[in-house]
Amino acid sequence: MSTLTSPASEDAFVAQQFDDIEQQREAAKLGMWIFLATEVLFFGGLFLGYTIYRFTYGQIFVETSRRLDVLLGGSNTAVLLVSSLLMAFAVRAAKLDQRRMLTWLLIGTALLGCVFMSIKGVEYHKDYVDHLVPGRHFDWHGADPRSAELFFWIYFAMTGLHAIHVTVGIGVMLVLALLAWFGKFSHGNHNTVEIAGLYWHFVDIVWVFLFPLLYLVGHR
Amino acid sequence: MVSDATEIDIKTAGEFARENYLSVHHGVGSWLLTKDHKRIGLLYLFTILIFFLIASIAAALMRIELVTPQPKLVTSETYNKLFTIHGVLMVWFFLIPSIPTVLGNFVLPMMIGARDVAFPKLNLMSWYIFVAGGALALWSLVHGGVDTGWTFYTPYSTTYANTHVISMAAGVFVAGFSTIITGMNFMVTTHKMRAPGLTWFRLPLFVWSLYATSLIMVLATPVLAITLALISVERFWGVGIFDPKLGGDPVLFQHLFWFYSHPAVYIMILPGMGVISELITCFSRKPIYGYVWVGSASMAIAVLGFLVWGHHMFVSSQSVYAGMVFSILSFLVAVPSGIKVFNWTATLRKGSIHFATPMLYALGFIGLFTIGGLTGLFLAALAVDVHVHDTYFVIAHFHYIMVGGMVMAFMGGLHYWWPKISGRLYPELAGKLAATITFIGFNLTFFPQFILGYLGQPRRYHVYPPEFQIYHVLSTAGASILGVGYLMPLIYFIWAWKHGRVAGPNPWRATGLEWQTPSPPPEHNFEQTPVVTGPPYSYSAEKDVDLDLASI
Repeated sequence: MSTLTSPASEDAFVAQQFDDIEQQREAAKLGMWIFLATEVLFFGGLFLGYTIYRFTYGQIFVETSRRLDVLLGGSNTAVLLVSSLLMAFAVRAAKLDQRRMLTWLLIGTALLGCVFMSIKGVEYHKDYVDHLVPGRHFDWHGADPRSAELFFWIYFAMTGLHAIHVTVGIGVMLVLALLAWFGKFSHGNHNTVEIAGLYWHFVDIVWVFLFPLLYLVGHR
Repeated sequence: MVSDATEIDIKTAGEFARENYLSVHHGVGSWLLTKDHKRIGLLYLFTILIFFLIASIAAALMRIELVTPQPKLVTSETYNKLFTIHGVLMVWFFLIPSIPTVLGNFVLPMMIGARDVAFPKLNLMSWYIFVAGGALALWSLVHGGVDTGWTFYTPYSTTYANTHVISMAAGVFVAGFSTIITGMNFMVTTHKMRAPGLTWFRLPLFVWSLYATSLIMVLATPVLAITLALISVERFWGVGIFDPKLGGDPVLFQHLFWFYSHPAVYIMILPGMGVISELITCFSRKPIYGYVWVGSASMAIAVLGFLVWGHHMFVSSQSVYAGMVFSILSFLVAVPSGIKVFNWTATLRKGSIHFATPMLYALGFIGLFTIGGLTGLFLAALAVDVHVHDTYFVIAHFHYIMVGGMVMAFMGGLHYWWPKISGRLYPELAGKLAATITFIGFNLTFFPQFILGYLGQPRRYHVYPPEFQIYHVLSTAGASILGVGYLMPLIYFIWAWKHGRVAGPNPWRATGLEWQTPSPPPEHNFEQTPVVTGPPYSYSAEKDVDLDLASI
């Protein structure tokens, strides 16, 4: 029951289990959305932990949050948002079959991901110097140092898990950029770019939630 | 109800398809790199049987130890490791993958008239991930095991246990991703790959149950993953989310763990229910009674399953009000489960019932699942649960669901689809014998445990008061019989693979698209994509149908 409308160039990308490229596209997109749902629940465990302890140790969380660098965190928010914009343009370029444009936009997205990771690294280093990394070197002079340490554990766990996702995303973008350069996504075969885009936007959105929860709760 | 398209055209009984998925490619490489859902199903079958064997040996050692009230065979420490390895391997490396990855992988695409699952490469990858997870678990076992129990409760697992908790947790974590991939693959396949005319309410009920299962796999497993990851980092670096020293809460672990593990119980029963729906209709020669209700009951169980985790925590300092809500919600699960049991029995009514091996397993399932389900209601009642919490009563209850339910269904399904998988028939008399032995052995093993638990024997102890000995001896005797019941099919399936009589495309005269293709099926399942024009299970009570393979 293959449709007769799709041009031969598109049919070349249809795997044997699918009838046409439309079915293949829809399947891939649905699969990615389901995967993102699993990611929401994966992060969900940490968000639940954060919520409970924010509720239990409200005042301490406010005080500890002030020790995080809002300027660096804020710049990172901007960096990721712009990278998502580039990604959205990349998907458009793939659909319009603009090979060069697509390659550069994917590289741009990956580069901004690297900028994000570098800023995060600077921040982690600063936390280390300020004795904010939990463990033996942790040093807190306010009230209830143990709950303060718990906040920083959660901060490192959440941002660390997010950073792993950004790193994976950078790798994906670089591989896609290489494939795009060799024209793998031309003639309507832009499915891969689109679902990789969904992933990148998801990683971006997670940060959009992390930033206020971790950095802004201490600021009025 | 009868439609032309689902009417089976049996060309000649006993035709073996020479051009099939097994014969097109040869050699180890053709198996290890296959993208064929049928071959991947068999890879899974082989793999989970290894884990089943190891976990069964652990169970056997425990049962032998428990024959006497005083420790004779193993130390307390070894006993703790035995029940941990039994639990971890049975739950994550046998029961959860059992029906979905073996029977689901094999028949789901055929049932919906597809050439393969939506993502064949991911399907193969899920098997490799599963094997990697299993290897980590076995590595932990070989290097001294884990003594936390399969539940990994904190703070014991994070602070006090001196065993290989991290590598075992890592093994389960990794295997979880193979579950997620399988669930995602099945959902997309069911949504996007159905044959023309196969609307949602024409799907076989096995597909509905796999869909409900996949929903749980996809939404619950990531929570287990993050929970196990947090345990590992807490053990390794001291991250304090579950650590009271930093103001963390060990009970939070229990919430997160059961938020996964209660739905996971339904991963371990829903696919079984789907298989039973197929078997009951086929061997009563009647359409299922109340198709929409049975299908929706699967979805209802999947959804309700996410709201009842607190019934594992009635004695955990959880508030009384939370306990009451969780208790009521747990009672609600009995409604869709009851619908299923009543509809299966209503299907039998005035049917032309054939007591073939798969049917014996199915009837056994209904009885055992009913006992398991009803005792679940005892446990959902707050006051009763305080009395029997953490006793053998709980052990008996969930074994009636998981072994009496899921494993019976798995065996029934394996016998039912074996002619499709191998193209050959198993020896029917031996099959009937094995089904009966399994049923008897199972009841003898686990029924005494209800009494033991009610009398107060806690779980996870290998030393007990002498007056309990009679029940333990009965249980161990039952386990030996059960072992025979499991060993028999293993032997005659292997024998039948080469020497069984040729089955033909549809030995059961069953409806369903998987029976409309030769046995064993060709590589891409169908020569032409089938078109569906009517509802499933268009059986009619023909008097002359002979489904007794021993006499055909």
